[in-house]
Amino acid sequence: MAEKKVLLDVQSLGKQFGGLRAVDGVSFMVREHEVMGLIGPNGSGKTTMMNMISGALKPTDGDIYLEDRLISQRSAREIATAGVARTFQLVRLLPSLSVVENVMAGAVFGHKRLWGRELEKYAVRQLERVGLAQAIHRPVSTLTYIDEKRVELARALASDPVILLLDEWLAGLNVTEMQTGIALVRSLRDDGRTIIVVEHVMDAIRSLCDRCVVMSSGAKIAEGTPEEALSNSEVVRAYLGDANA
Amino acid sequence: MTRREIRNTILAVIAFAILPWLPFLKDSGYLMSLAIPIAMYTVLATSWALFSGPTHYISLATAAFYGVGAYVVAGGIGVVPYAVLVLLAGVAGAILAALVGLATLRLSGVYFVIFTLGLAEMVRQLVTWVQNNFTGSRGLYVLTDITERIIYWELLVLAALVYLIGWIVNRSRLGFAMRIIGNDELVAAHVGIHSARAKVILFVISGIFAAVVGAVMAPRFTYIEPSLAFSPELSFQVVIMALLGGVHRLWGPLVGVIPFTLLWEVIAASFPTQTVLLLGVAFLLIVYFIPQGVVGLIESLMRRAGIGRGSGDG
Repeated sequence: MAEKKVLLDVQSLGKQFGGLRAVDGVSFMVREHEVMGLIGPNGSGKTTMMNMISGALKPTDGDIYLEDRLISQRSAREIATAGVARTFQLVRLLPSLSVVENVMAGAVFGHKRLWGRELEKYAVRQLERVGLAQAIHRPVSTLTYIDEKRVELARALASDPVILLLDEWLAGLNVTEMQTGIALVRSLRDDGRTIIVVEHVMDAIRSLCDRCVVMSSGAKIAEGTPEEALSNSEVVRAYLGDANA
Repeated sequence: MTRREIRNTILAVIAFAILPWLPFLKDSGYLMSLAIPIAMYTVLATSWALFSGPTHYISLATAAFYGVGAYVVAGGIGVVPYAVLVLLAGVAGAILAALVGLATLRLSGVYFVIFTLGLAEMVRQLVTWVQNNFTGSRGLYVLTDITERIIYWELLVLAALVYLIGWIVNRSRLGFAMRIIGNDELVAAHVGIHSARAKVILFVISGIFAAVVGAVMAPRFTYIEPSLAFSPELSFQVVIMALLGGVHRLWGPLVGVIPFTLLWEVIAASFPTQTVLLLGVAFLLIVYFIPQGVVGLIESLMRRAGIGRGSGDG
């Protein structure tokens, strides 16, 4: 099999918050049509990593390339326009906009630039894609938690991103919703989307990810298929403590 | 267009067809003395709300722009044609708004409020200083043959313009961007919106209107001095009227302007020395009891009664 194109190349990335080294010299690549899992215990630097890739935070050192373009010191707006879309750990919808307007927001100003009737039709298609066609004109305040997450996902998809970042998109869902959620993300993978997921749910990681990068205390401690990464002795130690290693 | 937009457009067309004829009524002098401030505050409060409504940035800089506009006319009258001066006032307002916007719109809300209040005061002190040191007089005469009814018509044209521009902005990408920014600035950045640029553009639009209103009003005063042209009371009144009416609809401020201007006539006549105190009390009452403005209050009551149909722009 020919090597797939590298879409995201992270090179010895670091982030310093005062005296705290939140991310320390992390490197990895994400290839086209790949779902990469970014995993690790709480406080290991995963969300900081996501924030740096999406431009919410600027790295202290190291470089990030998106399709061979250096983006690491760019603003969130420029990175969004270059093709990085994200969801947030705590869902951030726009409360005074309707469901469809929330999704339209993703396809006007950045990587995808539509307007008018075409925009609305396109946004409706994104909502259908995430299974929310029935809620188009509802105020977002009436949505259930999983539907809020669907709207945010549809907004991210609406920009037709080069890379989609899902920050604990499955967190907070109940068992049934979790299965629906996993199936939905997997269907995006089948569409050929390139995705980085931050997840805690091992089932989700095993069934979704082609590859995982495991972080602990800001550093990368393992990388490989989910089976390889999760059986690595250092990973077991990071998650469960020394006694279980 | 939605049914609501068609209805509003028809009402606006009827209003702008009737209003220009008011000066021809018999004994229209007193009517003009009410209609001019109403038209003036309509333009000021509506253009203020174009920027402050979606961003929630309370600007107290109206007096700064208004005063600059008035002074452009006062300084150039007799030298440059009046029409050119009005245009120049707009340009001056745009430049001042762009500078202030670029310098301050990255600040969070509270700092922005204080800065805009300070700005009007700073420009006032600057003009006073220039006059004391270079012109040797405290004020300037604006002697023209422009009558009250001409000023009224000019203000009507400005009102029509502010509604037209507001309507266009609300339907544009810029208006959509402003609604997103007002909801969540972080999300705005992550969907590719240039927040600072969008805010500066709208701040400039509202600055232009305030400066042009100052230029249009200057001939009415005949004598202009800094304390009149840069009165902080004006900035506060604009904010109060806009908030009273409601800033989430284009025509919301109008609902605040009409009763407030009429009420103010009474207050200024009966309690001439306590006006500023009463202004402060009015401000507190409005923010506390009707934060969404009268329009917002009516709409939420209608929604509760099951009459209204959701929200939209217009």
